[in-house]
Amino acid sequence: MSYPENFRYTKEHEWILVEGGTGTVGITDHAQKELGDIVFVDLPRPGAAVEAGKPLGSVESVKAVSDIYSPVTGEVIEVNELLAAAPEKLNEDPHGAAWLVRIRLSNPAELDGLMSAAEYEAYLGG
Amino acid sequence: MLKQIPLADVHRALGAKMVDFGGWEMPLQYTGIIDEHRAVRAAAGLFDVSHMGEIEIRGPQALDLVQRVTSNNAARLADGQIQYSGLLYEHGGFVDDILVHRVSAGHYFLCVNASNQDKDYEYIVSQNRWDCTVENAGPRYAQLAIQGPRAQEILARLTTADLASIRYYRFVDHEVCGRPARISRTGYTGEDGFEVYLAPADAATVWNALLDAGRDFGIRPCGLGARNTLRMEAGMALYGHEIDASITPLEAGLEWIVKWDKGDFCGRARLEKQKAEGVRRKLTGFEMRGRGIGRDGYEVRVGGKHAGWVTSGGPSPTLNKNIGMCYLPAELAQPGTAIEIMVREQPVEAVTVPIPFYRRPK
Repeated sequence: MSYPENFRYTKEHEWILVEGGTGTVGITDHAQKELGDIVFVDLPRPGAAVEAGKPLGSVESVKAVSDIYSPVTGEVIEVNELLAAAPEKLNEDPHGAAWLVRIRLSNPAELDGLMSAAEYEAYLGG
Repeated sequence: MLKQIPLADVHRALGAKMVDFGGWEMPLQYTGIIDEHRAVRAAAGLFDVSHMGEIEIRGPQALDLVQRVTSNNAARLADGQIQYSGLLYEHGGFVDDILVHRVSAGHYFLCVNASNQDKDYEYIVSQNRWDCTVENAGPRYAQLAIQGPRAQEILARLTTADLASIRYYRFVDHEVCGRPARISRTGYTGEDGFEVYLAPADAATVWNALLDAGRDFGIRPCGLGARNTLRMEAGMALYGHEIDASITPLEAGLEWIVKWDKGDFCGRARLEKQKAEGVRRKLTGFEMRGRGIGRDGYEVRVGGKHAGWVTSGGPSPTLNKNIGMCYLPAELAQPGTAIEIMVREQPVEAVTVPIPFYRRPK
């Protein structure tokens, strides 16, 4: 799977797509492959404040629990309800239907610290 | 440097995700834990468990040494018979849980946990007052496990041994693919199947032949991930989780491997005392009721108060529930107790249930 050019990426394998002042956040294809079969997703409620680099929620595979780190600081405005009933969608469509949350950014300058698709692919390759 | 099993390169070529398991580089999964788990329940799975240890005890008084260090009654074994047993300390806790095979009257073959094999060997040697020969034989054996309802049909294509005549917990010394093999009707999945001990140099040939022979049956190579979910559903103990040096067989629900009529053995006095005084904590199963997964090491509370800990926990692919095992005060360790499992500082509701969670259809 190729990594979308219009996403920005974290070293912890989250992605963010910013449109207007809102960022859609998910985990990368690499992350879902490393986790294996995903069976549970724990996400904050709308209205929750999140901070760049701090845990946003967690994803559980059969084997283990992994924290998800927020790529940006802001407020959660929407949570993907699909994942409560069908966490396995994260294995199938991590860059699309299985997005995690939408965040209203309070400091868009944080995006400059994230990687481009090319940089992320180089990071995975290294 | 991780210890290498003989087939590490074969697993990598099959696309396995490799992990460090007790110092061994082992396959965690190939196609995915849930897919592999379901293949074993429905058809067959092939596991490389060559990290497991083997200890051989030989000599005219081999039975005396086996009886001294284990809690089950090895005197009841006939040639070609196997028993599950506890290797116990004098204080009653587990050195390890093991399979004792009687090869002949003066020769016992023990299958032991990978990360315990050196400790087990030294412990057995320390108890050897009978001039038995004790061999830490792990490097001489690879071990493959073929498990699932189709296991016998698949293995039958590669051996002249009469598999149908090997009853549960029996073994034969025969051949697979023309290579010498010890074929045991045992396993760690809750399904029918076989564990095959063979020379490391023959392991790749037999592994590949089993995958080929099983293709039409839907066999899958399976990693440690599925091995763990399968054994958990079957309610089988894993050393370092349900049992360890601080846990006795009576606490772990394993009194059936303590044979009081066998005479003296390491740990007997302490176990008798514990039985007379009553066991204070016991292992029980649980099912999650609330949203969340109780996992190894998580705290268990009852009525908001600390009550015990989770030994193993996770999703059950067969039951589509989140299950686990935990220690609780004995009076609470019966089915139907409402408990809370602390998942990331939040109590999540669960209820105790009997072990095992899964029994194969007869």
